Amino acid sequence: MLTILFDGIAYGMLLFILAVGLAVTMGLMNFINLAHGAFAMGGGYITVVLMQRYDVPFLICLPLAFVAMALLGAVLERTLYRPMYKKSHLDQVLFSIGLTFMAVAAMDYFMGSSQQIVQLPEWLKGRTELGEGSMMLGMGHYRLFIIAVCAALTIALQYILTKTRFGSRLRASVDDQRVAAGLGINVNVVFLATFAVGSGLAGLGGALGAEVMGLDPTFPLKNMVYFLIVVAVGGTSSITGPLLAALLLGIADVAGKYFIPNFGAFIVYFLMIVILIWRPQGLFVRKGGK
Amino acid sequence: MKKRVFLSASAVAVMALSSAAVLAQDNTFKIGLILPMTGQQASTGRQIEAAAKLFMAQNGDMVAGKKVQLIVKDDTSVPDVTKRLAQELVVNDKVNVLAGFGITPSALATAPIATQSKTPMVVMAAATSSITQASPFVVRTSFTLPQASVSMADWAAAKGGMKKVVTLVSDYGPGIDAEKFFKDRFIFNGGTIVESLRVPMRNPDFAPFLQKVRDAKPDGLFVFVPSGAGAAVMKQFLERGMDKAGIKLIGTGDITDDDQLNDMGDGALGVVTAHHYAAAHPSATNKKFVEAFKKANKGMRPNFMAVGGYDGMRVIYEALKATKGQGGGEALLNAMKGQTFESPRGPMFIDAQTRDVVHNIYLRKVERQGGELHNVEFDVIKDVKDPGKSK
Repeated sequence: MLTILFDGIAYGMLLFILAVGLAVTMGLMNFINLAHGAFAMGGGYITVVLMQRYDVPFLICLPLAFVAMALLGAVLERTLYRPMYKKSHLDQVLFSIGLTFMAVAAMDYFMGSSQQIVQLPEWLKGRTELGEGSMMLGMGHYRLFIIAVCAALTIALQYILTKTRFGSRLRASVDDQRVAAGLGINVNVVFLATFAVGSGLAGLGGALGAEVMGLDPTFPLKNMVYFLIVVAVGGTSSITGPLLAALLLGIADVAGKYFIPNFGAFIVYFLMIVILIWRPQGLFVRKGGK
Repeated sequence: MKKRVFLSASAVAVMALSSAAVLAQDNTFKIGLILPMTGQQASTGRQIEAAAKLFMAQNGDMVAGKKVQLIVKDDTSVPDVTKRLAQELVVNDKVNVLAGFGITPSALATAPIATQSKTPMVVMAAATSSITQASPFVVRTSFTLPQASVSMADWAAAKGGMKKVVTLVSDYGPGIDAEKFFKDRFIFNGGTIVESLRVPMRNPDFAPFLQKVRDAKPDGLFVFVPSGAGAAVMKQFLERGMDKAGIKLIGTGDITDDDQLNDMGDGALGVVTAHHYAAAHPSATNKKFVEAFKKANKGMRPNFMAVGGYDGMRVIYEALKATKGQGGGEALLNAMKGQTFESPRGPMFIDAQTRDVVHNIYLRKVERQGGELHNVEFDVIKDVKDPGKSK
C-alpha cells in the first residue's frame, strides 16, 4: 500500500517538473506552448548521449540538460516565440504543435526511433524496504532521488516567485505589461528568463524521467496529454496548483493501475473530467489580475 | 517546322525508351521490398534491408539468367502506405515478388493485392499467426508469435519448475496474441495463471504493474512488450527486488532483441526467453552470417528480423532457380513451398500446406559472452509448427 503511494508521489513529482514550465508560460505569459514536451525530450537525449558516448556521470548530466535546454529556450524565445505572443491562441497552438512535429522528426532522423536506455549509477539502483506485510514501504533509490530533487526545486521556485525581486517583477509584468514597463521593468527580459527557466526545467524533467517514462522520439506527443492535464487541473495561477494536481494524478494513475489494471489507463482522464466539472477553472484560481 | 522535328524526335525517344524497358523487363527479376525504414519500427527495416543486401552481395545478382533487382520502399509502418506502395510496385514496376512487411496490419493490407495480381508475397517480419491465411500467395520466413509463446509455456511448466505465472503484455495485437497462447498452453500443462496484466502502450510506467506482480508472488513473470520497453521492464524488475523474491522473468525473444540487448545492461542477465534466432547461435553457418553482417554494417549485430530477411531472400532465389527464371507468380509460389535449408537460425523449412515457417525454438538465457550480452541457447524444441494453425 505505502509502496504504491510512494511510487505515485515519485511519478507525480516527475510530472510536476515536466509540466511546471508549461504552467508558467501558459498561466503567467498567456502563451500556449505545445512544444514544451520537445524540450523535455531534448533534455533526455542530451543525458543519454553524454552518458553513453562521453561517459559523463549522471549527476553532471542533469544540470547540463537543464542549462542546454534553458539556452535553447532562450534562443527560440528571442527568435521564434516572441512574435507569437500577440497572435491568437489558435496560431500559437498550430505554431507550437508544428514545432513539436519537427522536433520529433529531427530526433528520429538523428538518433533513430528506438527506445533509449539510461544506465543509472550503482548507488541509485538499490531499494530500501521498511515495515512488514501490507504496510510495507519499498522505496527505489532512484524514485527517492526524484522526489528529493523535485521537492528542492519546488521550494526554490516558490521562493523565487514570492520572495525575490525577480518574482515580483514577473508577477507585475504578467498582471499588466504596460504599467510594468512604465515602472521601468524590462518586460522582455523578464519573459525571456522565465521562458528559459521553464524550458530548462522541462529538460531536467526529461533527463530524470527518461528512466521511468522511457525515451524515444515520440516522447513529446506521448506525454503531452499528461502535461496538459496537470496544467488544466491545477490551474495556472501559482505553482502550488500544478504541484497538487501532478501529485494527485501521479498517485491516482499508479493506484489505478495497481488496483484495477484493466481500467488503469483511464483513471487519470476520469479524474480530470470530474475535477473540471466541479471546478472548470482548475483547482486553484487566482483572484484579481487579468 | 521546329515543333514537328521536336515531336517526332520525342516520339522516337519514347519508343526507344519503352522498348528498352520491355527488354529490361525480360532480363530483370524485380523484388519489391516494403519496409518501415523510418518511424517506430525503423530498426526492423534497417535490419532486413541490410540482410537482404548482404544476401545479394554474397550470392550475386545473376540468377537463372536474370538480373535480380531490389526495390526498397519505406512504408513508415502505416498500412495504407504499404498497400499503396505494393500497388505501385505491382502495376508500375511490375515486380515479380513482394517482400518485407514490418508489422501485421501492413501485411494484412497488402494480402489482397498479392492475391489479385498473383504475386508471391514473402513476409520477413510480421509475426501474427493469421497472416498466411490472408492470401494463398503469402509465404513467411520470420516466425509466428504463438510458436515462441507456446514453447515458452511448455518449458516453463515442464523444465522451468513454474506453477504460478503472471503474464504482463503491452495492450496491442501481438501482446494479446502472446498472452492468449501462453496462457492456454500453460493452463493445459497444469499451471495456473494468477493474473493477466495489460499495460497501455502510451505512457508506460511499469511500476504499479510490477508491484502488483510482486504482491501476487508467482513463480514466474511472462512478459511481452515492444523490444525497447523490454529494458525498462527488466530494470524495474530488478529495482523492485523481484528476482530476490523468487520470481523468474521469462518471455518471447522480442524482449531481449539482439539489436538492443547489449545496451540493456546487467539487468538483463539471467532472463529466460524462447525464440527462433539468437546472434550467438553456435553453428558455422550462423558464425559466418554474423561476421559478414557486422562487417557490412559497421558492427551492427543482426537480430531475428535480419535473419527473416536473409532467409526470405534465399527462398526467393531458390524459387527463381527452380523455375529457371521462366515461371510466373504461381510457379514461383509453388517453388517456394516445401523448401528446406540450413538457415543461420538452424534448420528450417516452409510448410507446403500453410506456407508458414517451421523451425526450432530455442530456450535462451542472457549471459555475458566475450564482454557482450548475448542470448545463450541452452535447450531446444525441434521443428515447431505454428500452433495458431492447428485449429
